[in-house]
Amino acid sequence: MKRSTVEKLAPWITTLGLFTLWQFAVMAFHVETFVLPTPIEAIEQIYVNRYPLMVHGLATLGTTLLGFAFAVTFGLMLGILVGSVRLAYVSLYPILIGFNSVPKAAVIPILVIWFGVGTAPAVIAAFLLSFFPVVVNVSTGFATIEPELLDVLRVLGATRKDMIVKIGIPRSLPFFFASLKIAITLSFVGTVIAEIIAGNNGIGNLMLIASSNFNVPLVFAALLVVGVMGVGMYAIFAALETRFTSWSVRGSGLGVEHAGGG
Amino acid sequence: MAFIEIAGVDLRYGGQPGVDDGTGTTLALANASLTVERNEFVSIVGPSGCGKSTMLKLISGLVRATCGGVRIAGEEIRKPLKTVGMAFQNSTLLPWRNVRDNVLLPLEIVEPYRSQPKSEMATKRKRADDLLATVGLGDFGDRMPWQLSGGMQQRAQLCRALIHEPAILLLDEPFGALDAFTREELWGVLQNLWLRSRCTVILVTHELREAVYLSDIVHVISARPGRVIASSPVPFARPRTLDMTFETDFVDLVHACRHHISVGNAA
Repeated sequence: MKRSTVEKLAPWITTLGLFTLWQFAVMAFHVETFVLPTPIEAIEQIYVNRYPLMVHGLATLGTTLLGFAFAVTFGLMLGILVGSVRLAYVSLYPILIGFNSVPKAAVIPILVIWFGVGTAPAVIAAFLLSFFPVVVNVSTGFATIEPELLDVLRVLGATRKDMIVKIGIPRSLPFFFASLKIAITLSFVGTVIAEIIAGNNGIGNLMLIASSNFNVPLVFAALLVVGVMGVGMYAIFAALETRFTSWSVRGSGLGVEHAGGG
Repeated sequence: MAFIEIAGVDLRYGGQPGVDDGTGTTLALANASLTVERNEFVSIVGPSGCGKSTMLKLISGLVRATCGGVRIAGEEIRKPLKTVGMAFQNSTLLPWRNVRDNVLLPLEIVEPYRSQPKSEMATKRKRADDLLATVGLGDFGDRMPWQLSGGMQQRAQLCRALIHEPAILLLDEPFGALDAFTREELWGVLQNLWLRSRCTVILVTHELREAVYLSDIVHVISARPGRVIASSPVPFARPRTLDMTFETDFVDLVHACRHHISVGNAA
């Protein structure tokens, strides 16, 4: 088989293998369904509850994308500021780190007091969880610009705006796209946590109701749906990354990866 | 009056103008003076860390003198000039642009090219391709920088430094990271470019043969704090050839420069 075919099939085979292992482990150790259902039972629940899962899944997706959009806009602007102005870096970074260390699940009750139960706390939670990696990566991209590259423009009498547009932004794009892949998955985490704690719709809310009914297979079905949506969004941003920053990859097949907090 | 005039310049890193000695600052240049005539090709050689590159940064306006003055065509330099082209030791081609777009970069910054309408783009591209062809990169405009060898990247960098027809070309060890054969080949490329454009060139290098091969005058700078300790005019007619670099006159001149450097180091 060709190498590229192998690489295309590899993730499907591993996933299938993992599910098979899960299936046989549950069967072999006679685990009760309300403790850990088999993947077949979970997938069966996806089919049985396909309409509620779709409605709540789309609600979660919408909430996540809204929070993510705020995170990208805000993160990009703050990242450029922190990365290109020394004073902004010195004064803002400790606050950002401190803020990111706060467990976001603990903040959600406060958001509920402020905004009430529903979509608002979930959007904000998605935003809070995902803006940090964008800020860190974009500012890293800006802060690590080789001074010689800037000198090339400076000796031509370029303005600060020229340097940001011609060098800063293109130079930071690989960092930016790497952060988007992390941020979108973190956005899902934020949304689902908020929906569990204080939602009135969405996948998280569905899970809460299902688990209070001891319908554990449905809980797992919901988790699978979130997982699949996360992988799907990741794939979209990975494709965008390849499209816009192919110069930084050079055919190794691996882009820049920078971990973010959560 | 000389075209470029550096007169009695001190340059101190890490300190403010007027601060006394012994404050943890480095004196890179001390009472350095240098004059360059219009359309002259000048080399600056010296031991490493002597402030050669600092001299270029002074002329380009990237750094300001702690005391003393730098004048170009009678004007005091206060900020980066627009009439300068610069090339560095390491490739500073932008990795996200292909070679042609890299060469075109100065035209996006410098007037009058900057405000020209988009319809001029085809003319500009043609101009970049023609310039690339003169350094043997005619077919490489669409390649990305990482697809080029080190020598080819430096050729492209020279093109970028010259595309806007600057009055002054500043070269900071442009061939320093190349192997000996590629380097000698590029001496010829640079000589041809200069014979065509006849701009004022200041080349910083630690390769004495390169300095003598290319220049009208070789200035030797002392160890830190740097100042000019000797200036040797190079009398050989152009175009010069690599064979000339092995002739007695040429070798004697190289030896004389080397002698100045070792004397300057010992002092």
